[in-house]
Amino acid sequence: MLRYTFQRIVLALAIVFFAISALYTVMITLPGDPTTVLLGPRATAEIRADFRERMGLDNPIHVQIAHFWGRILSGDMGTDFNRNRPVADSVFSALPHTVALVFGAIFWSASLGILLGAFSADNRGSWLDRISGVLSVAFIAAPSFVVALYSLLVFSVWLRWFPTIGAGEPGDIMSRLYHLALPSFAIGLAWVGYVARIVRASMLEALGENYIRTARAFGLPRRTVIYNYALRVAILPAVQVLGVGIGGMLSSAVFAEIVFSRPGLGSLIYDSVSGRNYPVVMGAMLVAIGFFVTCALIADLINAALDPRHRSQR
Amino acid sequence: MSAFRHTLMGRLLADPLAVFAMAIIALLVVSALLADVIAPHDPSAMNLADRFASPSATYWMGTDNLGRDTFSRLLQGGRIALYVALTAVSIAGLIGLILGMLAGFGPRWLDNALLFFFDTLRAYPTIILALALAALMPRGLGTVIIVVVITSFAEYGRVVRTQTLSLKNAEFILAERAMGASFARIVFHHILPNVLGPFFILAAMNLPVVITIEAGMSFLGIGVPPGTPSWGATLKDGFDYIRTTPWILLSGGLPLILATLGFTFLGEALRDQLDPRLRKTR
Amino acid sequence: MSEALKVEDLSVHYDTREGALQALRDVSITVPEGGIVGVVGESGCGKSTLINALLQLLPENATIPAGRITLQGEDVTRAGTRRLRQMRGQEISVVFQDPMTSLNPVLSIGRQMRDIQYRQQGSRAAKDSRSAAMLGRVGIPDPVGKLAAYPHELSGGMRQRVAIAMAALMRPRVLIADEPTTALDATLEVQIIELLKELQQEIGCAILFISHHLGVIAELCDRVVVMYAGVAVEEGPVADVFLRPGHPYTIKLIECDPGKLKEKVTDLPSIPGSLPDLTDPPAGCIFRPRCDRATEICATPPPRKGLNGAHWAACHHAKVDKA
Ligand SMILES: Nc1ncnc2c1ncn2[C@@H]1O[C@H](COP(=O)(O)OP(=O)(O)O)[C@@H](O)[C@H]1O
Ligand code: SF4
Ligand SMILES: [Mg+2]
Repeated sequence: MLRYTFQRIVLALAIVFFAISALYTVMITLPGDPTTVLLGPRATAEIRADFRERMGLDNPIHVQIAHFWGRILSGDMGTDFNRNRPVADSVFSALPHTVALVFGAIFWSASLGILLGAFSADNRGSWLDRISGVLSVAFIAAPSFVVALYSLLVFSVWLRWFPTIGAGEPGDIMSRLYHLALPSFAIGLAWVGYVARIVRASMLEALGENYIRTARAFGLPRRTVIYNYALRVAILPAVQVLGVGIGGMLSSAVFAEIVFSRPGLGSLIYDSVSGRNYPVVMGAMLVAIGFFVTCALIADLINAALDPRHRSQR
Repeated sequence: MSAFRHTLMGRLLADPLAVFAMAIIALLVVSALLADVIAPHDPSAMNLADRFASPSATYWMGTDNLGRDTFSRLLQGGRIALYVALTAVSIAGLIGLILGMLAGFGPRWLDNALLFFFDTLRAYPTIILALALAALMPRGLGTVIIVVVITSFAEYGRVVRTQTLSLKNAEFILAERAMGASFARIVFHHILPNVLGPFFILAAMNLPVVITIEAGMSFLGIGVPPGTPSWGATLKDGFDYIRTTPWILLSGGLPLILATLGFTFLGEALRDQLDPRLRKTR
Repeated sequence: MSEALKVEDLSVHYDTREGALQALRDVSITVPEGGIVGVVGESGCGKSTLINALLQLLPENATIPAGRITLQGEDVTRAGTRRLRQMRGQEISVVFQDPMTSLNPVLSIGRQMRDIQYRQQGSRAAKDSRSAAMLGRVGIPDPVGKLAAYPHELSGGMRQRVAIAMAALMRPRVLIADEPTTALDATLEVQIIELLKELQQEIGCAILFISHHLGVIAELCDRVVVMYAGVAVEEGPVADVFLRPGHPYTIKLIECDPGKLKEKVTDLPSIPGSLPDLTDPPAGCIFRPRCDRATEICATPPPRKGLNGAHWAACHHAKVDKA
């Protein structure tokens, strides 16, 4: 397990390194003048020349990438020239909102998805199972931003059950959760479908296993057999699906943040793109990718830890 | 081959969801092809006197903030959605096919390098990457296609690699090799036909995702050029006027939801028919 | 002697696309209190179906068109779900064939053993110490420590001991063993057989022992039932059946490879031909298509011919023992 953990961490670090370096390369080469990218369109010619000199922008690309990482590792992500503060400040004040949104979505998808999947497997072949199967596919197919828009229209604008904008009062947890409920549901709905399907499938597989027959042969109550003995094994793949799914959820979060006018990484990037605020775009990308890769890594390790079959082997 | 298609079609027709899906897709394709003929109005014609019109006999789905006929615009939008989806999926698929085969057949280091490459590409959240690239590239369908290709070809590559690897050492192929069959013969006669099943399933499942990305990027203003009809752009108008004129939003989402449902259900049905084994793993 | 378990004219059909598959036909087996009865037959002859029927754990597509199964005088085919759950693990319990897959991989051994005592009063600690005592009894070193272990951390032999400990934990009246040694090597097999014998003495339970290893049956059992294609074709005291087999199928089994009475084999020796299609079994004797002694009369159902005391064979041409 230790060895496995180590390998996975190294791989994750390498992925983040290459993904960000590639993006940085594109960023500083594609628009022509890298100083535009790094200083913003409003910088004067002298500032540009000075900056070019200081940052070594005439160096070959790999040296520049090395410098870039040197700055990042020393905590310098550049300047947010719209707000006149370090990029890190902008990015890290936005991050918690997005993290809350993603974990809210995971909460919805795990709770509803496992329930739906286990229930379907338990009632395999019934019309409820069939309906839930069709629903799962429909959830997966429905574009999350249309779900966000429609739920905004129905639940916030028409019914007024939920707020239409913002992330709630700072410090007031109930208000925060109240503002989180609808946008995180819009993101999570597709994953309710994915989780329900994988849980149903792995549950049916588990129910056919010999150890389930053993449990029944020893007279364990049906509920224990299904919701404890089988489900425990069946939720393992769902953890993995959700971990990898965080990438998709981050994409959906962009829409949810814009539709529900919430602060967060997505709306930060969106605003920065229209303002050509490249350092913020770069910083937010870095954090988003880092967050995603970390979550996928953690999900993988949790999976390995929950499944005792992996513990000693790896 | 025709017998195969016949039976596949026959089996699909026996599945009510597949029939429903194919009906929707047929409707979409026909309306996209005949958009110019069907459209009751010029999709770009502004009629400022009729802004925000409710659905009526003249404007079946009402008009938008510039008095353009929503129904006519959605027909054109369908054309764009299908065009982007087919182009992007073909390009991504082709790149994935080539890289996947390279990984499968190539030396170990190449396989590892390509796998790492695929993993790295997977680390980019699609829409966030789209935003970053949109800051650097001109707004237009070309950018949309590039974003989709970058974020999706790795998936094809993985599938093709796995299939290739499992076939490469299959007995019948080893036997052919021993008898001196050329590399090209093995690839085109054995590997390719076997890879295509899972490949097309993946492509079918990917179409709705791509359609959603195009709509999403157009919604964010980084997709189609301004003024071009697109489902995403109509949804953006609908969002802007959500309190006053909700039907722009309601009608804008309709074709998108229908399209994604149609393609997803068809992809599901295809997968069940072509490879029932896959059903378990997802 | 009263009967611990009695199976009377049991038939089990599976609903399949090709029609009803007759997995068991008119099978009767009696296991006396404290006795050990073996069932032998090649793969596909219906051994697992029999066990699942005894425990009422048949799959959904199975039906029982005829027959009775009585456990200490009580008809299990008529028992309600509640009563059945009480019987399972408590009055009748089972050791399954494959120790690698028959224990839950994500629950500790202690947890699984505690769960099967769920009807018992008593604290968690009391249940755990009871489990540990039983683990120790079946020869597992460091039984208390093993409670926290997961199945994959144990070897195959150890896992099968755990399975036996679970089966014996509630001191059942009847213990079923479904080829419990097939997955183990010969040395372990001997140890497991010895262990079953000892436990049987201590608990005083009856054992229904399923195997395709004739040698093990001969070693362990008092009586043996030979099954072929869902039909019991011969039954009798172990010595009589193996030394003076009456049914051509049993004769073939023993003739094919005389060494198998001693040696460990993974499969019964193959005899020419294959199992009949159970959705459309041959009229008359089930073994007729493969039998080299078949005559015209064999197209009619053969009677159970008493050979010598409690030894019988279902064959028209079986010869009565002279001994
Ligand atoms: N669920 C089922 N549905 C249909 N046929 C079955 C089912 N289970 C077992 N069978 C068939 O019943 C016969 C007996 O099977 P089984 O009891 O497993 O034999 P054994 O345990 O002796 O190998 C076989 O022909 C098998 O194919
Ligand atoms: S009854 Fe006839 S066919 Fe059947 S076993 Fe006896 S001799 Fe063979
Ligand atoms: Mg069996």
